[in-house]
Amino acid sequence: MSENAKLPPMATGSFAERAVAWSKKNLFDGWFNTILTLGSIAFLLWLIPPIVEWAIVNATLSPTIEGCAEVTGACWGFVNANLRLILFGTYPFDEQWRPLLAMIVLMGIICGSLGAVKYPGLRKAIIPMWVIGVPVISVLMWGGVFGLTYVQNSYWGGLPLTLILSSIGVIFAFPFGLLLALGRQSHMPAIKTVSVVYIEVIRGVPLITVLFMASVMFPLFLPDGVTIDKLLRAQIGIILFTAAYLAEVFRGGLQAVPRGQFEAGDSLALSYWQSMRLIILPQALRLVIPPTVNSFISMFKDTTLVVIIGLFDFLGTVKLALRSDPAWTKYYVEGYAFAAAIFFLICFSMAKYSAYLEKELRKGERR
Amino acid sequence: MSKPQNAPGDVRSKGLVDYLNDENVRAVLYQIIAIGLIVFAGWYLVSNTLYNLEQQNISTGYGFLDLEAGFGISESMIQYSPQSDYASALVVGLLNTVKVSLLGIVLCTIIGIIFGVARLSSNWIVRKLATVYVETFRNIPVLLQLFFWYALIPSAFPHPRDALEPLPGVLLTSRGMYMPVPVSDNAYTLMGIAAVIACVVIYFVKKWAKKRQDATGQPFPIVLAGLGIFVGLVLAAYLAGGAPTEMSIPALKGFNIQGGYNISPEFLAVLIGLTVYTSTYVAEVVRSGIQAVPNGQWEAADSLGIKRSVALRKVILPQSMRVAIPPLTNQYLNLTKNSSLAVAVGYPDLVSVSNTTMNQTGQAIEAISIFMSIYLGLSLLTSLFMNWFNKKMALVER
Repeated sequence: MSENAKLPPMATGSFAERAVAWSKKNLFDGWFNTILTLGSIAFLLWLIPPIVEWAIVNATLSPTIEGCAEVTGACWGFVNANLRLILFGTYPFDEQWRPLLAMIVLMGIICGSLGAVKYPGLRKAIIPMWVIGVPVISVLMWGGVFGLTYVQNSYWGGLPLTLILSSIGVIFAFPFGLLLALGRQSHMPAIKTVSVVYIEVIRGVPLITVLFMASVMFPLFLPDGVTIDKLLRAQIGIILFTAAYLAEVFRGGLQAVPRGQFEAGDSLALSYWQSMRLIILPQALRLVIPPTVNSFISMFKDTTLVVIIGLFDFLGTVKLALRSDPAWTKYYVEGYAFAAAIFFLICFSMAKYSAYLEKELRKGERR
Repeated sequence: MSKPQNAPGDVRSKGLVDYLNDENVRAVLYQIIAIGLIVFAGWYLVSNTLYNLEQQNISTGYGFLDLEAGFGISESMIQYSPQSDYASALVVGLLNTVKVSLLGIVLCTIIGIIFGVARLSSNWIVRKLATVYVETFRNIPVLLQLFFWYALIPSAFPHPRDALEPLPGVLLTSRGMYMPVPVSDNAYTLMGIAAVIACVVIYFVKKWAKKRQDATGQPFPIVLAGLGIFVGLVLAAYLAGGAPTEMSIPALKGFNIQGGYNISPEFLAVLIGLTVYTSTYVAEVVRSGIQAVPNGQWEAADSLGIKRSVALRKVILPQSMRVAIPPLTNQYLNLTKNSSLAVAVGYPDLVSVSNTTMNQTGQAIEAISIFMSIYLGLSLLTSLFMNWFNKKMALVER
């Protein structure tokens, strides 16, 4: 602490004095830190200017191959020219306002559900939002009613598909995961064994194997004449996979509820389900909100794996656009950078929100 | 958990309703119903599957494993040709999975520790750089990163004709990286054996040194001694084997590069992608592990007059390890499972080879069951090891 005592108090002095004091403390504190700072600055000087030059100074937005050939920098024209294909996949061009609207509705519901943690007034709205929202999204995407033309789900693609697969995956996995978590805590040996085996098996294998199973084996499971399409199979695979991970998240929450709470329920002569619903789950679920958001983030990223079984999610449509014309193929950096930026924006903001929630929820505990 | 259903003075005989209200009876009933439902669902699915397979004339069973595979695999650690059977093709795939996973685990640990420590640096700019690295790469899907590296490598490096040579003998081309390797010789086998023997010797020396320190308080320079034993024994084996110096150096012959050891672009893409992605998670684990050790531990070591380097090794690291090891294992498992994404860029890993097998033979159920059980086996082995390790490391409280 003696070193700090030598520094002038932070709040006094001119701006320049304070800046010098700050950088002495944070950048040039000893020879080792000085070397690190200078090295980092050299690294940034080496890295940043070429990137800025490539991405902004020498770049073009001109949506033609000829326009891109003229510049030495990034060809954002590739994204510009293929934006509709990248965002909505092969959905009929004139109808693309529908997936756009569905996406906005879905994002609204997701934000509303996440916001409910912070604003308790929204909590009662969560279930109605999903109950109304999911049919609205289905009508928008499929159509076939209210004068909307019917669009087969093999034409769905792009960002709406990624959002639908991941959010529907988590929403349907939620109750299933909860049952599995309760099953794992159960005193009945058979039910406990079944839950444990399910959770451990699914968590032990990669998602891609579950997707392969869904796409190749599900058709064999069904009786003769019944078929389910590729999208639904992938969606079921994602739900089954997510449920096992959510179950472990919920288990953490259930274990964090003090033993006395269970006993309190018993002593009030509440039945198992009553005490779960009224006493245990409200406390347990509050604790697991941040890890649940994290599960949603990893599911959102993992949804890209459906590319491997031939669906065109957001990453799939970028690849589709790259292949749409051989002349575009060499602009893969621009395409992937665009997709990466969108994924980053969504995942990063959710992760920050989840970290913030964690802090907020801990406030109450600290008292 | 059973509660008395009847008050002590109740003389009513137990009716059916009382039995149904008995918690133990109910538990048995629920379990019978649950098992019944599962068995019924299983039977239904299996009977459908058998019927469908019969309709499609697909035979069941693992007999196909002995058939000739008929497809080539671009890289293999064991002898393999298209004439080999499916079983050896799957073994090649498994070995490729293990190869990329092990290398990835080693690299992501090193990079992760560097960035995890950097995030706690007192240097503002280093801290921010590390944060940008971690936040960027953990929020972009790993598959996208794989695609990116896979597209980048062939186009960023020149054709074999004008290969880059950053180090003498190391060639960078659009077909991957070439490195010089020693031509195989008995001496290298001998060196391997010597290395194993050295490890065993070091283990016993360490045990003896600890015993001596406990008894007499005299420390023994175990690190230096161990290094000496290892290098000495391996060097002795090399000299005893005749000190071979012949190297296979990669060089352009015709249109391609011959000789040396080739690291394919597919392998590099998978390795770089998995390493970068997982290292961000490892960095977070390392950071929270270090932060979990209370500052008082440093101060306690100081007040006992322990040197700072010794305190780090004997006081701080063992405690942060206890916090960091379980999530670290999880990340290693995730990396191993994510290596299955290799199928998307054409690296012949287990899933990729199984997928080809599945398409050729139509034995979907068998192929999927094989790779699922292998991954499951790997995961269970790791969990067992982790449980054992956790028990060993756990704080022994009074």
